[in-house]
Amino acid sequence: MSKKGLGLALSAIMIAMLALTGCGGSKATGESKSVESSETSGESKSEEAKSEESKDSSKLIVVGYAQVGAESDWRTANTESFKTTFVPENGYKLIFNDAQQKQENQIKAIRDFIQQEVDYIVLAPVVETGWDTVLQEAKDAGIPVILSDRMIKTSDDSLYTALVCGNFVKEGETAGQWLEDYLKLKGRNHDESINIVTLQGTIGASAQVGRTDGFGNILSQHPNWKMLAKQTGEFTQSKGQEVMESFLKQFDNIDVVVAENDNMAFGAIDAIKAAGKTCGPNGDITVISFDAVKAAFDAMIAGDLNVSVECNPLHGPRVAEIIQKLEKGETVDKIQYVDETYFDTSMDLEKIKAERAY
Amino acid sequence: MRNKIKNIENKTFLLYMTVVLFIVMYVIGIVMFHDKGFQKPQVFLNLFISNAGLIVIATSMTMVIISGGIDISVGSFVALTCMMLAYMMEKGKMSAISSIVIVMVMGLVFGLVQGVLIAYLNIQPFIVTLAGMFFARGMTAIISQEMISIKNEAFLSWANNKITIPIFGIVNKKGATIYPYIYPTVIVAMVILVLMFVLLRYTKFGRSIYAVGGNEQSALLLGLNVKKIKLQVYILNGILCSIGGFLFCLNTCAGFVEQAKGFEMEAIAGSVIGGTLLTGGVGNVFGSLFGVLIKGTIEAFVSFQGTLSSWWTKIIIAVILAFFIILQSILAMSKRGQK
Repeated sequence: MSKKGLGLALSAIMIAMLALTGCGGSKATGESKSVESSETSGESKSEEAKSEESKDSSKLIVVGYAQVGAESDWRTANTESFKTTFVPENGYKLIFNDAQQKQENQIKAIRDFIQQEVDYIVLAPVVETGWDTVLQEAKDAGIPVILSDRMIKTSDDSLYTALVCGNFVKEGETAGQWLEDYLKLKGRNHDESINIVTLQGTIGASAQVGRTDGFGNILSQHPNWKMLAKQTGEFTQSKGQEVMESFLKQFDNIDVVVAENDNMAFGAIDAIKAAGKTCGPNGDITVISFDAVKAAFDAMIAGDLNVSVECNPLHGPRVAEIIQKLEKGETVDKIQYVDETYFDTSMDLEKIKAERAY
Repeated sequence: MRNKIKNIENKTFLLYMTVVLFIVMYVIGIVMFHDKGFQKPQVFLNLFISNAGLIVIATSMTMVIISGGIDISVGSFVALTCMMLAYMMEKGKMSAISSIVIVMVMGLVFGLVQGVLIAYLNIQPFIVTLAGMFFARGMTAIISQEMISIKNEAFLSWANNKITIPIFGIVNKKGATIYPYIYPTVIVAMVILVLMFVLLRYTKFGRSIYAVGGNEQSALLLGLNVKKIKLQVYILNGILCSIGGFLFCLNTCAGFVEQAKGFEMEAIAGSVIGGTLLTGGVGNVFGSLFGVLIKGTIEAFVSFQGTLSSWWTKIIIAVILAFFIILQSILAMSKRGQK
């Protein structure tokens, strides 16, 4: 083959390939698949879609969301919450970026958001630090940044407008107050001592610190509540079970177990049953847990778990509320907590479970 | 000799293809996302800002591949560099300058050890650097499993030192005038790129690297000290990787064990897309620059598009990579046919 001919053939291949990659970049995942099979129709389709887009985009509030990734059910529910809140029907256009758990990807995404002149940037930071440079760029461009889920460490508070997150201390307090009410209901009087053990989360994680502190606040109001032991179960079911087994060997008078997430509570329930004791509303030991994932509802329905305090991933509506206020020129609170409640066995759990998004 | 001439022709052709591909892709981006501002100069500069570290690493990788080797430890080594910098500055309270000097020495030692194993003990570069990869990642976790954030003032002032280019200012819809800007990392990366280009093209050492990678036997017959040249390549690579890691660290300002995962593969992909032959002897650092820029452009595509899963970047890179490898082998075949 002559060099010229070769070059020609290769150019043709390259152009065909570029058409592919070009379309791949232009439309949603589902359509780019069809593009691969029928190139020409794909081209015109994406053009149409684009003109539609530009018609709407003049009125819509454009929000760029730099999400951590899709590592857990909680995270997926969080993403869904944004995708269903920031829709054109509500007056928004969402640009979503999955960072695949990499900070460098989030930094890139924010830079791209700035160039696209989005109206607001929402960031669920993968890590706490290293945001000063890129958030300063956003600030220079006049784009407000709203943090979701996690706080960042920065020397300059003005780099973000607001933080939307769960209030872990409040969750801990809710658990304490629930126990207070529950004991009253059960007719346990004030002099009787209540023996409590805690399965803590990974030490230092904000959920662990907040929940331990919050429950501790209520504990200190009750002289008859006794915290026998606190030990970490690292948020896992297996470690939770292991720690609970050792607690049961050490103490034979445990009344209440506080597990700082659902998974550890499941482990603890297994350990209690293996030790020949019973738990739940009709058992010897009261089990309190956090997060309220679907499996926790099953455990409550089965009568093993007493209560699970919610950790709400549905941040979308609260962020939308903040954006609406900012649009009107109102000031917003720097830290905003999402509404969180608790679920216990006195409720119609089947119905709630069916209605919940996660 | 004929072999040599053929390679050079191939090289320029592949480089030309890469540059054309980049320009065509960028123009497509501008046409498709004009309404979203893809045509802004800052979008182009962001490619350099976000990939400054990777440009240096890919440049270095190109040199290693030209010499007939490979280094898959660079991603882990970048993580180790960031962690060392963060640890020394935050826990050790050392100055930024001395921390950087230490990591560069560490890069030198790391390169020396790998180089000795590869050059003098004749162990496969892939295996040696695979061990290096595990070692560096493991050491990073040993130093600290927790993330260490850098608060050293000198370091942060470099990281945040925005260099504005007072032309092409754009008034955005919030009314703020934004001038294009870069960070010092971009300048460092470009200087290294040019230096490496000069080194490879115009020095005796650089030309010997091509000779060694092209045909080791011929290089020996020419009287070149092949082992020494290989060792020098890995030492230089170690130092360049520590600089690349430093630039990466300036972007994230933290040391963390999960950092820069898969970086080595991005660097290799950048080199190959840029026309470097994995068999050695052929390559151009500017091609690798364009290889990295193509990767950055695809990322920008995906993020400007807005609804596409970011994993598409990987798929598109795979397609382009496959294209270039096929191109290389077609070229090689056609040349053989001509003879």
